[in-house]
Amino acid sequence: MYIEEIYRVEAPYREDMVVKGYRFGKGDKAACILGPMRGSEIQQLYICSQLVRVLKELEGNGCISAGKEIMVIPVVNNYAMNVGKRYWGVEDVDINRKFPGSSYGEAAARIAGGIFEAVKDYSYGIQLASFYMTGEFVPHVRMMETGYQNTSLANLFGLPYVAVRKPAPIDTRTLNYNWQDEMTAAFSLYTNKNTEIDEESASQAVAAVLRFLTRMGIIRYESHSGYISHVILEEDLSNIHVTCGGIFRSLVKTGADVRYGNKLAEVIDPYEGSVKETVYAPTDGIVFFQYTEPLIMQGEMAYRLIHRLHA
Amino acid sequence: MLEKVYSAQLPVGEDLVIYKNRIACENPVGRIAVVSGTHGDELEGQYVCYEMIRRLEEHPEYLRGTVDIYPQLNPLGIDMARRNVPKMEMDMNRIFPGSMDGTVMERAAASVVKDISGADVCIDVHASDMYVREIPQVRVSAEFAQKLLPFAKLLNADMIWLNATATVHESTLAHSMNMLGVPTLVMEMGLGLRITRIYGDQVVDGIFYLMREMGLWTGSVSPVREPVISSDGEVEFIRAEHAGIFLPNIAHRHYLHQGEKIGEIVDVLTGKVVQEIVAKKGGVVFTLREYPFVYEGSLIARILEQDTQA
Repeated sequence: MYIEEIYRVEAPYREDMVVKGYRFGKGDKAACILGPMRGSEIQQLYICSQLVRVLKELEGNGCISAGKEIMVIPVVNNYAMNVGKRYWGVEDVDINRKFPGSSYGEAAARIAGGIFEAVKDYSYGIQLASFYMTGEFVPHVRMMETGYQNTSLANLFGLPYVAVRKPAPIDTRTLNYNWQDEMTAAFSLYTNKNTEIDEESASQAVAAVLRFLTRMGIIRYESHSGYISHVILEEDLSNIHVTCGGIFRSLVKTGADVRYGNKLAEVIDPYEGSVKETVYAPTDGIVFFQYTEPLIMQGEMAYRLIHRLHA
Repeated sequence: MLEKVYSAQLPVGEDLVIYKNRIACENPVGRIAVVSGTHGDELEGQYVCYEMIRRLEEHPEYLRGTVDIYPQLNPLGIDMARRNVPKMEMDMNRIFPGSMDGTVMERAAASVVKDISGADVCIDVHASDMYVREIPQVRVSAEFAQKLLPFAKLLNADMIWLNATATVHESTLAHSMNMLGVPTLVMEMGLGLRITRIYGDQVVDGIFYLMREMGLWTGSVSPVREPVISSDGEVEFIRAEHAGIFLPNIAHRHYLHQGEKIGEIVDVLTGKVVQEIVAKKGGVVFTLREYPFVYEGSLIARILEQDTQA
């Protein structure tokens, strides 16, 4: 394992922010795994740290394939993480909206540019990411429909689902989008948590990355075969919105198999404690996403369901 | 007349409401929309909205059209002095055109777009953020320049900046409305969290001048200034090359000569100057840093290049 400095930000009131890359193996730039760009992505940090631990062991046992190189960047934005903020710096900028970045631009664009320069030549790019909506997902691999996406490759992670999203204008400055633009096969991995650690889904994510690296011939690692992924288009999900605001009491978990008319949640009057609204499943399906905050606004998306096609 | 453009119950005891004030005559010949408050830390537009309504209410007899004024697209952000939508931490000007099947603010964005649709022109009034001060300017993307320039020249701005990509980004209100055929111009001025009344009056004069040219207003108007029109190539960005505290040597709107000192970045712990910033070319400083703390890459100034050696 070789640790290198990918990017350094000087700061007058703090230690320098040093983005470190952990390099395993030598040769073709095979795979790059990148962790938190937002300070709230604690689970993602944990997953990356576990990947570094396992890859270090594998390298010690000679299990990195000859002529293949893997780089793990466990965290980009440790500055935000250490002060409990989501975005970077005093200007509160989302680094994952600054790609491909620029060496002449503002501070966050320079960080994005420095990172992108270091990661853009890898064949496979895996980002441990969080979504812009607050809530929990079923663990899945997410790809953008750029025309270069390859869902067959995404299946090799062996996670239950591969979700394909049509990029909105907001997505075009993300790492995933720009990676694909540079012909890197880019994948974003989502587990069920962000701000706290869930050991079970973190282990699932670590196993998925190792499974993918094994199947691409980058490492030698014994793992079970995982799931045969179901590819879903984000636009085909059924979005369920609440019709009033209040205290949100969810009655199902992500991954739950629900039937038409099942009770999914209640919205409680915050003053009187009575049920203002009961949310029912509009179709048979699997809960792909659920809102997890205790308070909810009227019109907020409470669930996203994957239509169940077969009984 | 106050109208709710979008309303959603917040969890506990209040609603989030996006209002507009529609001021109209009978048989209007056209419609103009004036929008502001997308970023909660930009308050310059609040004065523009107030002053627009005040003048319209003072002389309704001159109005020949409909004026829709939306002062607060991000009301919670303004209340909390936060740029983004509080709690969601989303930049509202990066979620347009929105979606009626999306999150609360995506639905709000879609409602705003739907409400403005059909207007003959839209002015999206922004301020700078709290870090740099700007002169009144209109920002126009090259894609829509041909259509927008005739409007932009009437707005009494000091400058029209073509292809300023950050504020005319695809996911902004302006881009979305232009794509829908509503000519939409982005105005920038002043400083975040502040109101610069002289700039606000200048912009309001410009909007009334535009309304008069469009036949929406028959009252008297002040003559408008001739703006400098510049493309990105003529704008020099000066950025910090070291972190520290920026101490300016010049004032905003200053005409710089080549070689003139703009300021310095100092290290307060060691008492040393870490960077002396000197103008490589002459021109007018239309953007100048106000917030002293800088990282490497932080914007110090933008200079519109002009020959000032003579």
